[in-house]
Amino acid sequence: MYKILKRKVIAAKTVMLHVEAPAVAKSIQQGQFIMLKLNEYGERIPISISGWNREEGWLRIVIMGAGRTSNEILLMQEGDEFESLVGPLGTPSHVGKFDGTCVLLGGGYGAGAIIPVAQKLKELGNRVIGVVGARNKDLLVMHNELKEEVDALYITTNDGSEGIKGFVTNALSSIMEKENVAWVMGVGPVPMMKAIADMTRADKIPTYASLNAIMVDGTGMCGACRVTVGGETKFACIHGPDFNAHETNFEELMLRQGAYKEPEAIANEKFKDFDFSKI
Amino acid sequence: MADLKTKDRMKIKRTEMPLRDPEVRKHDFDEVPVGFTMEEAVLEASRCIDCGKPHCVEGCPVNINIPGFLKALEKGDMQSSINILMNTNQLPSICGRVCPQDQQCELVCIVGKKNKPVSIGNLERFVADYAMEHNLIPDFTPTEAMEVDQKIAIAGSGPAGLTVAAELRKLGYKVKIFEALHKPGGVLFYGIPRFRLPAQVIDNEINNLKKMGVEVELNALIGRTYTVDALFEEGYDAVMIGTGAGLPKMLGLPGENLKGVFAANEFLTRVNLMRADKFPEYITPVIVGKDVVIIGAGNTAMDAARTAMRFEPNSVTIVYRRSRDEAPARTEELLHAEQEGVKFLFLNNPVELIGDEEYNLKEMKVIKMELGEPDEGGRRRPIAIKGSEYNIKCDMMVSALGFGVNPLITSTTKGIDVNSWGAIVVDENGMTTKEGVFAAGDIITGGSTVIMAMGQAKTAAKGIDRYLKAKREVK
Ligand SMILES: Cc1cc2nc3c(=O)[nH]c(=O)nc-3n(C[C@H](O)[C@H](O)[C@H](O)COP(=O)(O)OP(=O)(O)OC[C@H]3O[C@@H](n4cnc5c(N)ncnc54)[C@H](O)[C@@H]3O)c2cc1C
Ligand SMILES: Cc1cc2nc3c(=O)[nH]c(=O)nc-3n(C[C@H](O)[C@H](O)[C@H](O)COP(=O)(O)OP(=O)(O)OC[C@H]3O[C@@H](n4cnc5c(N)ncnc54)[C@H](O)[C@@H]3O)c2cc1C
Ligand code: SF4
Ligand code: SF4
Ligand code: FES
Repeated sequence: MYKILKRKVIAAKTVMLHVEAPAVAKSIQQGQFIMLKLNEYGERIPISISGWNREEGWLRIVIMGAGRTSNEILLMQEGDEFESLVGPLGTPSHVGKFDGTCVLLGGGYGAGAIIPVAQKLKELGNRVIGVVGARNKDLLVMHNELKEEVDALYITTNDGSEGIKGFVTNALSSIMEKENVAWVMGVGPVPMMKAIADMTRADKIPTYASLNAIMVDGTGMCGACRVTVGGETKFACIHGPDFNAHETNFEELMLRQGAYKEPEAIANEKFKDFDFSKI
Repeated sequence: MADLKTKDRMKIKRTEMPLRDPEVRKHDFDEVPVGFTMEEAVLEASRCIDCGKPHCVEGCPVNINIPGFLKALEKGDMQSSINILMNTNQLPSICGRVCPQDQQCELVCIVGKKNKPVSIGNLERFVADYAMEHNLIPDFTPTEAMEVDQKIAIAGSGPAGLTVAAELRKLGYKVKIFEALHKPGGVLFYGIPRFRLPAQVIDNEINNLKKMGVEVELNALIGRTYTVDALFEEGYDAVMIGTGAGLPKMLGLPGENLKGVFAANEFLTRVNLMRADKFPEYITPVIVGKDVVIIGAGNTAMDAARTAMRFEPNSVTIVYRRSRDEAPARTEELLHAEQEGVKFLFLNNPVELIGDEEYNLKEMKVIKMELGEPDEGGRRRPIAIKGSEYNIKCDMMVSALGFGVNPLITSTTKGIDVNSWGAIVVDENGMTTKEGVFAAGDIITGGSTVIMAMGQAKTAAKGIDRYLKAKREVK
């Protein structure tokens, strides 16, 4: 069993957890993820890692309520346990020492997921800029934690309640004007990652996206997580989750993400009228 | 019946396994064969003429003493019967159910020359189930004096991993199995459906191992959670890789990523492992279409077809590019699928998958095939008939075309050689090119059968024992 050691509500319908998993904490690297399962009846869901402590043996994760399983996790408390947690899964992010600035952009839980990547890029001697976006200031998460790891942090909100008004791409374009950008990575909703890819394509800046395909096992056994990159079918859970964003078929990813809309709504019946403001 | 003459034994009619009514069983996941009664089993066992040179034993990949266990059963000596079985086969209740008997032991049974062969598989199942129910399973727990202070780590809890664990624990070694999934059993659990292999049967076998002192750690992906080298650093003396051939092969056709297109592993895993048949009590969903098409005609294809049938669609059709004679599935699986209403389109092959504007699969373009000259394997090669394409209605497609080998361990461990299709290379002791690392099962063959995996596992277990003995002597 994998125990929740620490829990903090960090925004509406968003929690940050420290989960006990010594073996995974020991070996995990930037960009890798885990699969979580709550209990006997639970679904296996992929979750990114926003930090870890190898000595104390825990992982830091950020969960945003999206449907049944993530909503259930929002209600879990310190001391509660997950039935299953497996990892580290996926190929680590393709980092290196680059000839110019690295820009990491995160939306939603992605703001947490880019933190280990930022740390690694810094370790390798890069100049790293972070960008975190949200609809409004109350929905911003993990920006304070990310700030510690980067040379500069930009915040964007759609309504302008904090930072730059607009999308993360607004920040990206102004960074591209000011600096020699050599490497870009985006983690967040598909439209965001697609917009980033479109912005860096003309200048051929190496750009990665962490593809959040629907997964079942997460170990390469089932093929549920198929994505098309460079015209080829790849498995997001083993070949990814990070892929060349310029070659990714984002439209297909988005369509495939919607494959289970109806049963997802049925599974989430329980939380239809649930008041999450008091969690 | 012990005084029956051979001539008379040869004349007894084969007792066919009673099956549940197809119209009833195709709506649930309960086991299809009902099982023999003691009377039926004894009568069927009495058909064995106890050959001096039993061909059946040669036909069994692990050479079970078949006449031995059958004659003990006939005499009603159930303890001896199970002891004989389990002397060579740690998982008789599973093999009795899923072995391709018709291509192995029963294929060469002498009685089959004039009459139908002895129903060896069904009797193996009977004895194993009886023994489990009546607490006759022999205890292989090593005595304290036998305990050896050497540890073996096993990656994967499929038939290969379970067999190596049993064999080595029997000899007193400390054994720990590491399984990537949250349930043990490998394909037995996530691939083969419950109506063919009930969960209880697998659980019983795994509990037997645990009682012997085998440890099982779930959610542990070797190569990631622990690398092979880390296991050695932690003090393991040998590592055995039994991680199977879990990599699904896609068709490589236009439209293969449409919604509604599945690899068999995904569909079967959603149902068998995640229990999507019980959605929303179990919250992993599966969407089974109205017109389901399965590609392939092996056991996996039959399992996918019959599983789909249990979601009550309009039609389930198997599309296979060769003819029925070439279908690799167990004869029984083909038969059961037919009984349950699965349709077959032999000598047809998919060429394109066609979707609607929402990216949902709607139709499949297929082409007719004919059989040409035999290929290297002796099977006649299917050739497409030019211009014979036509479309069939299809909103769910399951590809059951076999498997590739999962490269995770070999790509994270230096020094383990693989062959041209990625399968791990082993020597006659089951050892890989890395010292102390052994492998068995689908990971060395690229996909075969439960009993073959178990046979290789026994070789590996012997190899590990020899290797570790030598290491002890050096100390
Ligand atoms: C590599 C990766 C990393 C992720 N990291 C995080 C993270 O750090 N924090 C976080 O909150 N979320 C993360 N997600 C998304 C998270 O897995 C989904 O939000 C979650 O599975 C939704 O499940 P649900 O039951 O709560 O909602 P549902 O109602 O079941 O689904 C809501 C939406 O989530 C997606 N989804 C559903 N089931 C799955 C599944 N089994 N696998 C993948 N996506 C699914 C679908 O697009 C669906 O429409 C990540 C996804 C991937 C692939
Ligand atoms: C649907 C289907 C039906 C079949 N029907 C039959 C049949 O009727 N009769 C028959 O004889 N054969 C049948 N087979 C074939 C048979 O199941 C396999 O040959 C057999 O299971 C192989 O055993 P194995 O132990 O090598 O591997 P598997 O059974 O594949 O087990 C491997 C295990 O290792 C785990 N694993 C993988 N990677 C790692 C890792 N890195 N670390 C830790 N664990 C890992 C997997 O999760 C899995 O549990 C069928 C196969 C399928 C898919
Ligand atoms: S293990 Fe398989 S091949 Fe061997 S006797 Fe039993 S059913 Fe026949
Ligand atoms: S070949 Fe048939 S008859 Fe002969 S020993 Fe084997 S099972 Fe009995
Ligand atoms: S999630 Fe099953 S192969 Fe990727």
